Amino acid sequence: MPSMTEAAALTSPMIVAEDVRKRFGSNEVLKGVSLRMAKGEVIAVIGPSGSGKSTFLRCLNHLETIDSGRIDIEGDTLVANDAQGQARYVTDAEVRRICARMGMVFQHFNLFPHLTVLENILAAPLTVKGMKRNEILPKAEELLRKVGLLDKRDAYPSRLSGGQKQRVAIARALAMEPDIMLFDEPTSALDPELTGEVLRTIRQLADEHMTMLVVTHEMGFAREVATRVAFMDGGELIESRPAAAFFAQPEHPRTRAFLESML
Amino acid sequence: MDYILSIIGPLAEGSLVTLKLFFITLSLALPLGLALALIRISNNRAASTAVNGYIWLMRGTPLMLQLLFVYYALPFLPVVGVRLPDFPAAILAFTLNYAAYFAEIFRAGIQSIDRGQYEGARVLGFSYGQTMRRIVLPQVVKRILPPMSNETITLVKDTSLIYVLALNDLLRAARGIVQRDFTITPFVVAAAFYLFMTLVLTWFFQRLEKRHAVYD
Repeated sequence: MPSMTEAAALTSPMIVAEDVRKRFGSNEVLKGVSLRMAKGEVIAVIGPSGSGKSTFLRCLNHLETIDSGRIDIEGDTLVANDAQGQARYVTDAEVRRICARMGMVFQHFNLFPHLTVLENILAAPLTVKGMKRNEILPKAEELLRKVGLLDKRDAYPSRLSGGQKQRVAIARALAMEPDIMLFDEPTSALDPELTGEVLRTIRQLADEHMTMLVVTHEMGFAREVATRVAFMDGGELIESRPAAAFFAQPEHPRTRAFLESML
Repeated sequence: MDYILSIIGPLAEGSLVTLKLFFITLSLALPLGLALALIRISNNRAASTAVNGYIWLMRGTPLMLQLLFVYYALPFLPVVGVRLPDFPAAILAFTLNYAAYFAEIFRAGIQSIDRGQYEGARVLGFSYGQTMRRIVLPQVVKRILPPMSNETITLVKDTSLIYVLALNDLLRAARGIVQRDFTITPFVVAAAFYLFMTLVLTWFFQRLEKRHAVYD
């Protein structure tokens, strides 16, 4: 089996973001963020709140639009600058096709409350992919077993704990068979004792070499699971290095200051 | 007692007119109201403003006036000028009026759904139409049941306004007997009829609310 770097060299990067800029009114939240991500990488994006890390993640799958810069997903351009330096997106149909390769998990789960756990997982394959129920059902049950919630298949989300909800949300995203998973602070809305079960599920995906970008405040998770840690502050990506090196010798003074504040 | 039984026949006939107007109005005004609400919240400025103006007009003038306008004034309007028979005129006026109220109820319901629901659907690849049909509107139905219950009960009672078009609804039938027999008993019986209809509606909506409460 080739090492991670060799494998990365053989395939085009999963995500290429170049000089991504985004402002809300007069507030520039992304001041030229660039990031390349290879297949199988798990990148933890950390940084103080308001640093733009969630916004950056949301720009990658078009939940936010960028003002300038470039984003390629698996070699396909989602958005690039025109001659005037303004971001131009590809057609709506292309945007949907490209973004369909990314699954996303939110801080507040965003499960559909009127559907049972199983129906939450089936909804997109049935509606979006037009699959038959019996085609997707085995896969849905397998995913529920994987996140340890098969016994909750007929429960409504309101009956679940936060950790269970988030695991359903992960299974729901996986049902669409994404190549990349984006996590936007997946444990920030959970009680401390419930974060473990969600992080274990994400770690399990990492063991299966799922390409993942995880915005998180969990330093332990970043250290143990991430292959690389990216630190953002004030709308800039300050540094991005292998997890062990990042925590052992942070290069930038702002990174050091942030890490010290976290201890 | 015999007297009451003797007037139940004509009052029941009047009730049929009332119920017919009620059900036809409801089945036309609900979809129209939903369509208006979707236009109102759409990004199309011009269409949204037009719907806004329409709602202002229909809620800002008495239903009675609208009834009279459709029946008496519509024939004299250029282009749309047609004389409608009395019952279709009543249907038209009621539908136009109630669609405006329903539109506001739908709009409030749709806008009460968390943005996260749209984002959750969007990242799974749902189109706007699919998101509305599968995710948003099913949740809206549950939230708007109480105001819808209110509005439909009001509709039952508002049907009595069609007496101005000389339609023999429940109330007009009762009034006819009162004037003929010099007794107010028919009014009391008519009240009982109305109460029965609104009671059935109340039950119906309570059952709907219970059914939608499973996912609370």
